[in-house]
Amino acid sequence: MSKFGLITKGLIKENPTFVLVLGMCPTLATTTSAMNGLEMGLATMFVLILSNIVISLIAPAVPDKVHIPVYIVVIATFVTVLQLLMQAYVPDVYATLGLFIPLIVVNCIVLGRAEAFANKNSVADSALDGIGIGLGFTLSLTVIGLVREILGSGSAFGFKFMAGDGILAFVMAPGAFLVLGYLMVLFNKLAKK
Amino acid sequence: MEYVLIIISAIFVNNVVLSQFLGICPFLGVSNKLSTATGMSGAVCFVITLATVVTFLLNKYLLVPFGLEFLQTIAFILVIAALVQMVEIVLKKISPSLYQALGIFLPLITTNCAVLGVALSVVQKDFNLAQATVYAFATSLGYGVAMILFAGIREHLAQSDVPEAFKGLPIAFITVSIMAMAFLGFAGLV
Repeated sequence: MSKFGLITKGLIKENPTFVLVLGMCPTLATTTSAMNGLEMGLATMFVLILSNIVISLIAPAVPDKVHIPVYIVVIATFVTVLQLLMQAYVPDVYATLGLFIPLIVVNCIVLGRAEAFANKNSVADSALDGIGIGLGFTLSLTVIGLVREILGSGSAFGFKFMAGDGILAFVMAPGAFLVLGYLMVLFNKLAKK
Repeated sequence: MEYVLIIISAIFVNNVVLSQFLGICPFLGVSNKLSTATGMSGAVCFVITLATVVTFLLNKYLLVPFGLEFLQTIAFILVIAALVQMVEIVLKKISPSLYQALGIFLPLITTNCAVLGVALSVVQKDFNLAQATVYAFATSLGYGVAMILFAGIREHLAQSDVPEAFKGLPIAFITVSIMAMAFLGFAGLV
């Protein structure tokens, strides 16, 4: 696959949210607004790129029997780094995303890419794969967040374009499932063509 | 009374799947059949309660006294992974019938974010050991309630005629959304 293909495949062809259906918990929980979705996507992308790089470097040396625990430790290390960085530089973002930052450890996208790609490809390709899948994830989260924010609070990226409150249910739990369900339908419909 | 509030709030008001969005992957993955959903709920219930107690003690007596709270994420996930392995080995030896029933679900649980999620939120909520245990048990019961209800609906869904683009997961998400809306009705309870 070409270098450019590695970066763009995550957007449509191997979109982690709509095609692979991985990492659903943060996808549903943190997309109350477009900005929150974008931030969560970028945080996951940070961990994904770095863990892909390190795992592709150490993969040949790791015995097959213990590879999953080793990968999890690598991922957990970068998640801790991310937690400390966010607490120091963007404490309010850290407070909004809350529990879902440490939970990147158990996000199946990260471990999934390590297993399916990083452990058998070169460092450069793995980094590009991390960027590609990370971009796809960020884009999906931002779109879901944007739809929920427009319907739920009548604003987009914090910019209010409508008076009043919007349909509150879209900011709450049911809206998350509903928007994701309908966007998936839309994606299926468009991708089939 | 305090414990009753924790239990009701964890099962219905802040249901782990329908309002906290934890453990969605296995929730969608094994809810095709009522029997597997019940098995998975049992295994999750067991592991969440056990893992929360162990990580709670680890945090209180090892991480906090030595000022190592920043290692929580790494320490907890390792303990959970090891614990799941150990539970598997012990069950195999002590109760083969229970192992048979839960067997295939146990390895899947390590990656269930509800386990790590509950362990971490117990620390954030500043519970004591008894509260933490009750909270963990009630949360996992809530997981079971949501999972078994959804599996029941899904078995019917499999036989109904839905439009092509809705087939599979999209219609499942829309169903969960309606369930979540119903659970929102409990919001004023506590």
